[in-house]
Amino acid sequence: MKEFKADLHIHTCLSPCADLEMSPRNIVSEAKRKGLQVIGICDHNSAENVPAVEKNAVREGILVIGGMEVTSKEEVHILALFGSEERLFSFQGTVHENLHGTNDEKRYGEQVIVNEEEEVIGFSDKLLIGATDITLERLVDLIHEFEGLAIAAHVDREGFGIIGQLGFIPEGLHLDALELADPSKRDRIPQGGRWPFITSSDAHQLQEVGRRSTTFLMEAANIAEIRQCLSSVDERRTRI
Amino acid sequence: MTRTLKEIAEALNLAAITREDLLARKVTGGYAGDLLSDVLAHAGKGQVWITLQTHANVVAVASAKELCGIIIVHGRTPEEGTLRKAEDEHIPLLVSPLSTYDVVCRLYQLGVKNGEGV
Repeated sequence: MKEFKADLHIHTCLSPCADLEMSPRNIVSEAKRKGLQVIGICDHNSAENVPAVEKNAVREGILVIGGMEVTSKEEVHILALFGSEERLFSFQGTVHENLHGTNDEKRYGEQVIVNEEEEVIGFSDKLLIGATDITLERLVDLIHEFEGLAIAAHVDREGFGIIGQLGFIPEGLHLDALELADPSKRDRIPQGGRWPFITSSDAHQLQEVGRRSTTFLMEAANIAEIRQCLSSVDERRTRI
Repeated sequence: MTRTLKEIAEALNLAAITREDLLARKVTGGYAGDLLSDVLAHAGKGQVWITLQTHANVVAVASAKELCGIIIVHGRTPEEGTLRKAEDEHIPLLVSPLSTYDVVCRLYQLGVKNGEGV
């Protein structure tokens, strides 16, 4: 078993609210500088910059887990993390069918899609800061249908956190973990003992990458091992 | 004057998803909000709650706070689980095509007001 330091919630310049300097190369070099071995790329309701980050990260020996931060119909943020780009983009197709509206760059910010060389190859015109019309329960099921991990984002934050939006975590919701924005609050989360916790940076600016991280004790860096860590299979552990 | 849910439903042309007898409940005031944590913290017993949320948790919140009913705005359709839970917990659901603001204004015009200091 080996320890892997992971920050599973990082935005790129695709998120309208993230800095333009959140480019694939910058993110990877900042992750390396912070000693991260695993990074999760989770833009709002979209994943188009995952391949560019992945191609840069491979050269540095950093594992990228592609995903997105999906906004449910109830305006709850759920991190969806996938082991393959094929499944990630199939999932994105469903998310986009259920996400309406067009971005207004002047008001909300640019949604820049880049390639591995950091050349701008397009702009997403979807209203990525909007809410999908997928209910929370359906969303978690959908993530699992695509073999992904479903993690409730920043559960200790009122806005867009599952507890803030819905008062409490609904019975029977099959989340894989809860993400804390402030790991010192873990004992103050009602029902918190029922799910494993992770913590991550939710970085929208470069210096925020790795400001919080989760350590996974596991055999190798991949999403299947992380899934087993979250269930404490054998000696695997998750530490925040 | 104190209104019943039935009077409100008729005046605002709400679609009621509930047993008829539950509409006899008296409405002591109102609360509007979509953050359920806020509603848990601030709504008062007997109030009618105006929200756009349709998740089953709205029923649990209304039940915990002993609210008299829930008005769902924008004609949104409650989930199956919400309908079942509302039936089990005797929480009347009323649906309006209007926005929260417009529902609240009409309720106020009908005399649905919270007491002094609320």
